[in-house]
Amino acid sequence: MLVVTALAVVRTLSLFAVVMLSGVFSFLSALLLVTMDAVDVAFTEAAVGAGISTVLMFSTLSLTSRHEKPSRQSPLVPLFVVIVTGAALFYGTLDMPNYGAADAPAMVYLYPEFMERSPHEIGVPNIVTGILASYRGYDTMGETAVVFTAGVGVLLLLSGLKGRRRKEDEDDEKRGNS
Amino acid sequence: MFQEFTWAFIVGHVNYWLFIVLMMTGLYIVVARSNLVKKLVGLNIFQVAVFMLYISMGKITGGTAPIFPVDMQIDPDVIYSNPLPHVLILTAIVVGIATTSLALALIVRIREEYNTIEEDGILDIERVLVEQENATHGDAMGGRA
Amino acid sequence: MRHHLILRVVTKLLVGPIILLALYVQFHGDFSPGGGFQAGVIMAVAFITYGIVFSVAKVQQVFPPWLVHKMMGLGVLIYAGTGVVSLFMGYNFLDYSALSPHHPEHGQHYGILAVEFGVGITVTGVMVAIYYAFASRPPVISDEEW
Repeated sequence: MLVVTALAVVRTLSLFAVVMLSGVFSFLSALLLVTMDAVDVAFTEAAVGAGISTVLMFSTLSLTSRHEKPSRQSPLVPLFVVIVTGAALFYGTLDMPNYGAADAPAMVYLYPEFMERSPHEIGVPNIVTGILASYRGYDTMGETAVVFTAGVGVLLLLSGLKGRRRKEDEDDEKRGNS
Repeated sequence: MFQEFTWAFIVGHVNYWLFIVLMMTGLYIVVARSNLVKKLVGLNIFQVAVFMLYISMGKITGGTAPIFPVDMQIDPDVIYSNPLPHVLILTAIVVGIATTSLALALIVRIREEYNTIEEDGILDIERVLVEQENATHGDAMGGRA
Repeated sequence: MRHHLILRVVTKLLVGPIILLALYVQFHGDFSPGGGFQAGVIMAVAFITYGIVFSVAKVQQVFPPWLVHKMMGLGVLIYAGTGVVSLFMGYNFLDYSALSPHHPEHGQHYGILAVEFGVGITVTGVMVAIYYAFASRPPVISDEEW
């Protein structure tokens, strides 16, 4: 299902349909994440991807254009690049442990410690929140700063200062000439 | 290398290969299409596929979501999935939405300056501008603007 | 949007429960899936939905832009402030056991609550501010061409 949605995004020319398909893609990936036991991540992906991201893209569409022009270049070079990269990644996954294996390296080093020490030291039932806010609190502080910086950046780009400055220049010219 | 392709190996790895297919579809959209909004959607598809590849490394067969019961009576027989990839991917999702919103703001400004959001159209306009600059200032800058 | 009666009525009915859900997700992040980011996004969605169906000017009467901009910075200040409070009490930066010296576990709980609250405020402010920035521009494609 996800692959079908992604291939439809490649072929569609109407940008309205592309944005709706990206919302559908985010929602389907949230469902898949729930089957992989990642409930916090699925919650965030559904809220952010199928909610905020779709709304902002529609706002951008109303300020730009609705259709895509067909591409003039030939698709051979991108296809070649994609196939080479995919083959390299495929070769890399041959060494990975099986899906769901309990003796994988990711399960051996930090996971038993978190499971044993978290009830005593933090006492919070949701382990993900405990790790996010307490054991890895610095990362979350940096992430909050990133979100704040993105907000400031968008305000700098879209605050309409250009219209105001052009009006000020016209006023200055009028005053300078007269 | 090909002797180890048993049925168990294939079943245990097919989800990684599916996520690689999704990643490559997103990468193809970024490289091959020239509309800026569509490139951004392709980048989002690539990001989500990477997240799912990461989370699938943390799943344990027969496990459940990593949340203890409310009264904290922990049953030692219950296996919980690994919470560490979940934490990392939560941060990554929020950083992804931050970069997406900044990219959308840039696209709006590009549309105002160049009147198009197709990459081919922007390159044509830039080429004409460079030729004009060369014609007026080329001698003073050594033949290249 | 003056003609769509169903949209207007349903939006007015839904905005209250959406804000309630955002507060629930924020403060139950310790016991169930949730936390600061999800709660901030859901709270922002309530105001954005109101702004889409009615106009941006009406939602800016309830949630003015100066308040949104202040909220953006206030959340980061609360987060870093929790760490600095621990410094003043003589512990390490962001060491939550400083908030309740006799019971370190309760200190962790207080610290996580305060920190997630800061994150929720920042995310709400940023999402609503970005929507205001996009929606305040005059649209290039008129409504009839859609």
